Amino acid sequence: MQFFGATEINPSPPAVTASGNNAHMIYIFNRNGVCLLYREWNRSLHTLNAQQDQKLMFGLLFSLKSLTAKMDPVSVEKVNLGVPQLPGQGCSFHSFRTNTYKLSFMETPSGIKLILVTNPRTGDLRESLKYIYNLYVEYVVKNPLYTPGTPIKYELFNTTLDQYVRGLG
Amino acid sequence: MPAVAPRSGEAIFASAERINSELFTLTYGAIVRQLLTDLEEVDEVNKQLDQMGYNIGLRLIDEFLAKSNVSRCVDFKETAEVIAKVGFKMFLGVSATVTNWDAEGTTCSLVLEDNPLVDFVELPDTCQGLHYCNVLNGVVRGALEMVSMKTEVTWVRDMLHGDDAYELQVKLLKQIPEEYPYKDDE
Repeated sequence: MQFFGATEINPSPPAVTASGNNAHMIYIFNRNGVCLLYREWNRSLHTLNAQQDQKLMFGLLFSLKSLTAKMDPVSVEKVNLGVPQLPGQGCSFHSFRTNTYKLSFMETPSGIKLILVTNPRTGDLRESLKYIYNLYVEYVVKNPLYTPGTPIKYELFNTTLDQYVRGLG
Repeated sequence: MPAVAPRSGEAIFASAERINSELFTLTYGAIVRQLLTDLEEVDEVNKQLDQMGYNIGLRLIDEFLAKSNVSRCVDFKETAEVIAKVGFKMFLGVSATVTNWDAEGTTCSLVLEDNPLVDFVELPDTCQGLHYCNVLNGVVRGALEMVSMKTEVTWVRDMLHGDDAYELQVKLLKQIPEEYPYKDDE
């Protein structure tokens, strides 16, 4: 399915499987902690109100990144816990799994963080997150009416995203 | 899953949708012309072009990162190489060379032999102070700011002023790491 005319997207989307909607929700944050997008498809348990939930998620990732960099047994660079890091520096974690869900994470050097929560049997979603990042670039960043740093309110992006996530195996 | 290798500037440029380069050049020329008519002062026009470039750069960085797949650059030297070889090639179709590194490695020059923005352009006597391609300054500055680098970008050589090439000097002022944005009162 060609979304963007003749432009080749790298990577090309994985094959669509018919496993229904098994993604629970997605968050997209920018480097200042603003939640650009929050969409849920399948979330039965709501613990906090939306704003607190987003803050919690962002805080969690911020701490996890710092922690994983500190605990790295292989890295040569010295990292101090709590010291702010440049986005993309140090080792970066990409997913964690519990018995009820899997959280996949991707951060770009420009500070855009993508978080996708799915069922625990999902495989490695790094390529999928890259594809979603491409969607973000094409439908949101390139839209001249979009102000960077504000929440995304574009139906076209939302529908395309929904369609893509529905196809994730 | 193995990481996807970064794509070269050539490959991305070849796969991108094309428009007529004359259309691009003439559109840019029309923008500069209109700014000169509206603002009249050459310095104001330079500032406005830089601001426009800055706004472009803020958005361009995401497209660049998405298409080129480069991971975080280790130091400023690598950053400059990536801008010159991948960035310029991808968006303008010409690659630049990186020269004139200073002792600390925080200032360098990007030299462009060929610049599609200035095809057919000759500056009249009334506009001798105009930096016609000032939008490029803004783009580099805006894009680098989104990857946590505060820079200062100035023109050293400009073919429209009689020099033999276009030389942009990029100076790294400081790196701004990500701070935890929420206040600790909650």
